[in-house]
Amino acid sequence: MKLPIYLDNHATTPLDPRVLDAMMPYFTEHFGNAASRNHAFGWAAEEAVEKSRKQIASLIGANSKEIIFTSGATESNNLAIKGVAQMYAEKGNHIITAATEHKAVLDTCKHLEKEGIRITYLPVMGDGRVDLDMLREAITDKTILVSIMYANNEMGVIQPVAEIGKICKEKGVLFHCDAVQAVGKIPVNVITDGIDIMSITAHKLYGPKGVGALYVRRRNPRVQLTAQMDGGGHERGMRSGTLNVAGIVGLGAACEIAEKEMAQEIARASALRDRLRAKLEAGLEETYINGSLEHRLPHNLNMSFAYVEGESLLMGINDIAVSSGSACTSATLEPSYVLKALGLGDDLAHTSIRFGIGRFNTEEEIDYTADKMIQVVNKLRELSPLWEMFKDGVDLSKVQWTAH
Amino acid sequence: MAYSDKVVDHYNNPRNVGSMDKADPNVGTGMVGAPECGDVMKLQIKVNPATHIIEDAKFKTFGCGSAIASSSLATEWLKGKAVDEALEIKNTDIVNELALPPVKIHCSVLAEDAIKAAISDYKAKAITETAVTA
Repeated sequence: MKLPIYLDNHATTPLDPRVLDAMMPYFTEHFGNAASRNHAFGWAAEEAVEKSRKQIASLIGANSKEIIFTSGATESNNLAIKGVAQMYAEKGNHIITAATEHKAVLDTCKHLEKEGIRITYLPVMGDGRVDLDMLREAITDKTILVSIMYANNEMGVIQPVAEIGKICKEKGVLFHCDAVQAVGKIPVNVITDGIDIMSITAHKLYGPKGVGALYVRRRNPRVQLTAQMDGGGHERGMRSGTLNVAGIVGLGAACEIAEKEMAQEIARASALRDRLRAKLEAGLEETYINGSLEHRLPHNLNMSFAYVEGESLLMGINDIAVSSGSACTSATLEPSYVLKALGLGDDLAHTSIRFGIGRFNTEEEIDYTADKMIQVVNKLRELSPLWEMFKDGVDLSKVQWTAH
Repeated sequence: MAYSDKVVDHYNNPRNVGSMDKADPNVGTGMVGAPECGDVMKLQIKVNPATHIIEDAKFKTFGCGSAIASSSLATEWLKGKAVDEALEIKNTDIVNELALPPVKIHCSVLAEDAIKAAISDYKAKAITETAVTA
């Protein structure tokens, strides 16, 4: 077993060597511009891009003409939300999203708010899912878009996407879904899920960084987006800029592998996840799972280890790469807004660890991680005044703290 | 974030971890911070009433590595100091000793607060004690 162990697969995934093999020729011999229509170099590049479009479309139940290439999920989310807001401005000025969305969605919405768009941020229930009745009630005749993610990047909770799609269809509102954590991991189908616009990124499914896609429905309804960059009118006029051919080939290859191997991967990842969870729960008391266990990505475990602060825990397990919802590990010095949205106290958010299991993790790595976690949590609890108080039967919620 | 060697050393080998009897009149206890802020420090000193020298110091901290290191270092510095001398310890001394980055300065502030809280607890007890014996 090689150290350090990578268990942060929601942040990014390693490139699958098979994906790299597919990409390599497009850096060197097939370097052509896919928009060069009049020579063999351009044709080779274009052919590769079209193959990738088909591979992506096949994975998500779309038509290849409905795939627009971008630089990644942040761009896809920006293009989807701003593109709809501008294109459908005459129809309405209201967008609905959820409190637990990724910053690329939330900050895009905040930006639009400054331009006069009204945004509703739906709260989530204790299990991390949106309340469908609340969504239905939030839709008005001014609503043009609902943007809800497929699966959450922190706690792996899967939203009732097909139900959301159905509601949007009933109400005649477009449905954008940020599906970066779900595509290639669990079955996603834009037809049965009723999704009109969907964001995808390659580096979350064992493809390269810097390339993503946006699914844009072409019929029933035909979705139009206002381009966010001016230029050569590539990608049906929605996204100008010379295509990143090698990256696009990588995204396509990654989608093809994911489609072929999904069933085994789900079984494998969830077995490793359940093993990790069982070991941690057997070895430690006062652990809490954050978010729904039932509606959860198979490779995600988000757990709070009460009375132990997350960053100090990461420091103790420094040969294992995971992340924490603790304020100390974030740039803003605020604990995870996603975990707070669940109604968890800040104290549990500070003690949370996210494990993201990937294609290349082994049982041995999971066992090592569980043992190390148990050892470090126990050590830090010996150091924790809160643990001592808890063991003495003090109700911590009744203590007068000197907040600073 | 990269931690300084001293922070790592205190984190791996925290000095003076533990608790003393809060009810002991010679023990001063300071507890600062809040769980929802992500750090709570408990710092205790045991003072020789005749000499006013801090003979022992213990801590327990819920917080990041820098918070643990700050309080561990504080207990090292407190031992052997006279009570009034201990009040001179400034958070900036801790920042310098541990090479804390700007985002971790609040850990040192918390440690200074914990020292002050422990001393004032001891002093308050000492006054009551004198009143009782007198």
